[in-house]
Amino acid sequence: MTNLQLLWFLLIGVLFSGFFFLEGFDFGIGMAVRFFGRNTAERDTIIQTIGPHWDGNEVWLITAGGAMFASFPMWYASLFSGYYIILFLILVALIFRGVSFEFRANMQTSRWRQFWEWAATLGSFCAAFLFGMMFTSMIQGVPMDADGNIFGNFGTYVNLFSIVGGVAVSLMCLIHGLNFLQLKTSGSLRDRAQKWNKVLYPVLIVGEVVFVGLLYMTTDFFAMKATSTWAILIVLVILTLIAWWGVGQAHNWTAFLASGLSLISVVVLIFNGLFPRVMIATNSAHSILIKDASSSPYTLHLMTIIAFSILPIVLVYFIWSYWVFYKRLKSPEIGEV
Amino acid sequence: MLSIGMSVLSLSRFQFAMTTVFHFFFVPFSIGLAFIVAVMETLYVVKRDETYRRMSQFWGKIFLYSFAVGVVTGIIQEFQFGMNWSEYSRFMGDIFGAPLAIEALAAFFLESTFIGLWMFTWDRFKPGIHALFIWLVAFGSTLSAVWILAANSFMQNPVGFAINTKTGRVVMTDFAQVVTNPQLWLEFPHVIMGAGVTASFVIAGASAWRLLKKDHESFYRKSLNVALVIGLIASLGSVAAGDVQTRYLIQNQPMKFAAMEGLYKNSTQKGDWAVISTFDTKNHQTKSSIEVPYVLNILSYHKLSGTVKGQNAVNRELHATYDKKFGKDMNYYVPTKTLFWSFRIMAVSGGLFILLALVGLFFNRKKASTIMRQRWFLVILGLAMWLPFIVNTTGWFVTEFGRYPWVVYGLLTIADAVSPTSTVGSLLFTNIVYFALFAGLGLVMIILSHRVLKAGPDNVDVSGYTSESHEPHVTDPFGTEAFNHD
Ligand code: HDD
Ligand code: HEM
Ligand code: HEM
Repeated sequence: MTNLQLLWFLLIGVLFSGFFFLEGFDFGIGMAVRFFGRNTAERDTIIQTIGPHWDGNEVWLITAGGAMFASFPMWYASLFSGYYIILFLILVALIFRGVSFEFRANMQTSRWRQFWEWAATLGSFCAAFLFGMMFTSMIQGVPMDADGNIFGNFGTYVNLFSIVGGVAVSLMCLIHGLNFLQLKTSGSLRDRAQKWNKVLYPVLIVGEVVFVGLLYMTTDFFAMKATSTWAILIVLVILTLIAWWGVGQAHNWTAFLASGLSLISVVVLIFNGLFPRVMIATNSAHSILIKDASSSPYTLHLMTIIAFSILPIVLVYFIWSYWVFYKRLKSPEIGEV
Repeated sequence: MLSIGMSVLSLSRFQFAMTTVFHFFFVPFSIGLAFIVAVMETLYVVKRDETYRRMSQFWGKIFLYSFAVGVVTGIIQEFQFGMNWSEYSRFMGDIFGAPLAIEALAAFFLESTFIGLWMFTWDRFKPGIHALFIWLVAFGSTLSAVWILAANSFMQNPVGFAINTKTGRVVMTDFAQVVTNPQLWLEFPHVIMGAGVTASFVIAGASAWRLLKKDHESFYRKSLNVALVIGLIASLGSVAAGDVQTRYLIQNQPMKFAAMEGLYKNSTQKGDWAVISTFDTKNHQTKSSIEVPYVLNILSYHKLSGTVKGQNAVNRELHATYDKKFGKDMNYYVPTKTLFWSFRIMAVSGGLFILLALVGLFFNRKKASTIMRQRWFLVILGLAMWLPFIVNTTGWFVTEFGRYPWVVYGLLTIADAVSPTSTVGSLLFTNIVYFALFAGLGLVMIILSHRVLKAGPDNVDVSGYTSESHEPHVTDPFGTEAFNHD
């Protein structure tokens, strides 16, 4: 494995981390539209919190996909073709939720407005759930031939661990979204979001314990790298506890950063466990290794130069745009519908 | 599986064609509208005429719908290379991934961030700065076109690469060649001009319908004027660019060109150009055709003499070149009827757009209000708003079907590019769902745009995220409701 290959493996991890941190609260806000918002005015405010940002957040996914294609074509090809149906459903979910914000605001009957609200809620939930499912089933190892083609059956994708993974990720996103809502609103919405998270955190902790148990039983993470896996899991639990504490104390920033970082620590867990592979095959001889999966040194070198010259500029205006919309939104008064 | 003509290959191809065609309904519309809205807002900044501000907000609203649908259909595009064409991705990743990743990094972040800023900050920045945001969006979407077309151009005309002898895959050897690919710098102006045509004729057509109803006459006449000026420049540009492309093709993809002109046999020195023809594609013959002398040579070489190779001759050449690599059984004939008719629709429409723009500008002169009396013309202009979508699609039909039988010209056949893991069942399922979804999205998009037009320029609310129940927004539709501060 060359340094460039290692660097790009890490960069893909960074891009997915950015995606889960940002789109994580987006998904959570999306879910909150129907699960949490009580009336049209509240739902307006909830959606406004991500109005200017959701597309930019989604570009992290697009960049992660493009970067994976550019730097590890074998990984991209195996993963995307192997997870055909799951990715297809993710796309459908992303389509519904993506247009819902724009379309909903312009519906004249409440029936249709509700339709797009449900599109936002279920689209966000399904996308988060399916991403969780995809990554958890992937790290269990999949039936793959020597060319990297995955021939799985239903159980490859849908099994106890992957369902728990899906639930855990969508729950983490919902919580992260509610933390974002506390950060971005004032008044009743903020108070209620706090109340919800006080209840949701204990549920999440139970979920995390179940997840760790199943991780132990169904993956080779503990067998291969016990120390680092344990270390990351401990960080995950500590972050969860800090976030819970932050919610209780109404330290909105602490809670939000901690819930975002705990999503990132899940990504780190997965990438740490994969290393030095990118895809794990049930027949370990067929696993795809970083050293075999990448583009040529020329392309990696080129992409490195490009990424490191463009990314800093992107980050500047990306962060600036959050700064512009820094202010909290007022919760609508009760009775104002 | 059932053999009713549905194979993994044909279903994958159908899916690719359907999703890109749908994506490309919105792409040129968004690119063109971003630019036109930017021009309108700049006119506002310069002239301080409120009409232009309303104009940019009004058409900007429709732009936002188009953008949203463009975004969600774009993600499908990026994913489906891996999902449906995994062998292609493995073969091409070294080259294809780079422009795709650069597109996301350099263009998509720019577009998406500044469109968010543009939507929500009408009351928060000085007009000049605010106009800068939409210019950055327009710049971003143009940049995205450059990069994705760079990827597409490699497939049409591979340059700057080598074949890895161990793996048989493509490796990049010279990035500079990939981005200076002549195919790219012919395709790009043509596509961008086509985008200008699309957006301007939709605005012109919509304005024409409103003028027929005598609605907001001065507003729509002004919009019509901006649209037709840009429309005239863009249609002239797209014809000029198309002409250069045509002549490049004769050198580079002679089979495509021969099919566009419906030639099986080599043309004679007289340069007979077929206006319309019928074909017997099985036996590779032109059945009958109406021909005009010399036009073919004028089109191809800008002079009266010369000959153009027919498909039969090109077929023999291709066999001679590629039989060692791909075997004797390859069929190098491309879908002649599709190319022939697509090309004619595109070229005729190019001329039509120029004509419409000229006549429209003449009728719409400031002093005269002739245009209000020429109802027939307004009807034609109103109907012509659908034409650019057809023309863009036929353009891509020429480009993409004319590349048959390869996905990457001369290197990888379409049949070798599909995912070995795909099944007819799952592809059928996804095709049906995509189709239904697109039909639904298209419908909502049309209904919403109609609604914006009906509501008229006095009732726009660009920020969009406040619901109808918060109406009426009469006093300050762009005010702080969209962002209630503490
Ligand atoms: C000539 C221009 C052009 C062409 C040929 C394509 N696109 Fe596109 N695409 C755009 C021009 C564009 C755009 C103008 O930048 C869009 C349309 C509306 C929009 O929001 O951005 C866009 C959106 C868009 C997005 C979403 C971006 C976002 O979230 O902001 C993705 C991922 C892609 N495209 C990917 C593709 C791929 C993989 C294509 C190849 C098959 C493709 N596009 C063809
Ligand atoms: C610039 C980015 C594009 C790339 C990289 C690209 C690439 C491809 C690929 C991989 C295929 C499948 C192989 C095949 O069937 O030939 C294809 C087919 C096709 N594409 Fe494109 N395409 C692009 C843009 C477009 C656009 C914007 C349109 C139309 C609006 C389009 C129309 C088609 C059609 C109609 C086919 C089917 C041709 C066939 O089945 O042979 N393409 N293209
Ligand atoms: C007389 C006028 C025109 C001529 C001679 C012309 C010629 C061409 C040619 C030769 C191609 C194929 C290029 C290739 O395969 O490499 C093409 C493609 C295309 N055309 Fe046109 N065209 C004309 C007008 C238009 C107009 C008015 C539009 C749009 C409104 C348009 C949109 C397109 C598009 C989107 C493509 C596919 C992308 C590309 O390859 O550039 N064309 N055109």
